Amino acid sequence: MASLIRIYAMVLRHIYLLRGSWPRVLELAYWPVMQMILWGFITQFFMGHSEWVAQAAGLLLAAVLLWDVLFRAQLGVTLPFFEELYSRNLGHLFVSPLRPWELIVSLLGISTVRTLIGVVPAALLAIPLYHYSIFTLGLPLIAFFTQLLVTGWALGLMVSGLVLRFGLGAQSLAWVAIFALAPVSGIYYPIDTLPNWLQPVALALPSAHVFEGMRAVVLDEGFHAGHFFAALALNLVYMVLGAALFMSVFGIARRRGLLLHSGE
Amino acid sequence: MAIQVADLTKRFGKAVAVDGISFSIADGSATALLGPNGAGKTTTLAMLLGLMTPSSGSIRVLGTDMLRQRYQVLGRMNYASPYIDLPQRLTVRENLNVYGRLYGVKNLRTRIKTLTEELDLDRFMERPYREMSAGQRTRVALAKALLNEPEVLLLDEPTASLDPDTADRIRGLLEAYRGRTGATLLLASHNMPEVERLCDRVMMLRSGRIVDDGTPEDLARRYGRRNLEEVFLDVARRA
Repeated sequence: MASLIRIYAMVLRHIYLLRGSWPRVLELAYWPVMQMILWGFITQFFMGHSEWVAQAAGLLLAAVLLWDVLFRAQLGVTLPFFEELYSRNLGHLFVSPLRPWELIVSLLGISTVRTLIGVVPAALLAIPLYHYSIFTLGLPLIAFFTQLLVTGWALGLMVSGLVLRFGLGAQSLAWVAIFALAPVSGIYYPIDTLPNWLQPVALALPSAHVFEGMRAVVLDEGFHAGHFFAALALNLVYMVLGAALFMSVFGIARRRGLLLHSGE
Repeated sequence: MAIQVADLTKRFGKAVAVDGISFSIADGSATALLGPNGAGKTTTLAMLLGLMTPSSGSIRVLGTDMLRQRYQVLGRMNYASPYIDLPQRLTVRENLNVYGRLYGVKNLRTRIKTLTEELDLDRFMERPYREMSAGQRTRVALAKALLNEPEVLLLDEPTASLDPDTADRIRGLLEAYRGRTGATLLLASHNMPEVERLCDRVMMLRSGRIVDDGTPEDLARRYGRRNLEEVFLDVARRA
């Protein structure tokens, strides 16, 4: 119970931050909406020029919305963590009874809130703008959303750990690391488009399984349980790795006194 | 004993920040760590709080091993320092709400009201921390440090950046807090009159070692000086 209260306190800290700044909230939704608008027009263009896109109008829009789930989930972990570094607040946090794992859980909670604020407006706007509702994916949408959320969390924890270790000079990793996954995640094209040697790399990523699964649903091939369970198992591995890296860097930070001297 | 430290050492590579110090601090006492910059005061406080892992040695606070079981006791301690901050964009009320919950403070609203009135912060409750003056920030940090009514309170430069009137009120508040709760105070300070007023014991640090230990009056007598400031200069300049 005490842990839950501390986790709630840390989520509340970031809710206060969002509540106190409407531009911050608008910014969360801005990029997903812009991406959706851009890919909506691209979809409309390809509808008349590509047989593949024509048979499933929502393919690219679903892809871009789900990609934003992954991206926002990762930023949702890293940016709130950076806030503690910008504020030079880690020292106060860790002389309190807050455990590192409680900080991690609170970051995952606030990441979920930030991802929903970011992606839901874009998904809703796609309905009047392009007559496409990602919610027509039905229950599989929940599976895709949660899997990508977890992948984003894992990556976010890894990036946060690296920034804690190497300082805010490494913070640009939050913006660039995720894009290393983009080409091999098969967001907009099937994995078999990739060269043969690269396909195993793609299939080692939970995101690639989610996007393959998404395409199957949109193309009326049904829900591929194999992709779902592969993503689930891989996510488990990545989350363990992400949390272990973060906790291990935390130990290094204690040894080196970084908790006291972290900041801009 | 509130604090027991044995053979505490902290090395950063080849540099030795704290060099095998041992001391005990009695329950309800007020002790100052004095020493020039780089003497190891902040590093010692950080290790006592569990913010930094010692290279060797042991620390017990309120009978608990801080290296293995720190979470059992952190809720009974607190810390304020001008060298770490609170979330900049949160208001005073929001900051205290968050930290009150982190420390599991009962009747939080009442506790915040009482503390902010005592620290003359009640007018600034809705002001973001980043918009406050250095002195106001110090008072907010102190409010945070007193939220959980700590049994052991560690303070790094508790009245830095405060005008003399506010600093005097803060010292009075700390004295009253200690008198009322029987809390143990350990503070690092460069303000000698403050140490003389608040502390019944002074440990002098130089190059990571305790070079002297006693009451402010004893130290002044031993060094043949009129006050603690002159003792400090003696110790600091004796390389």
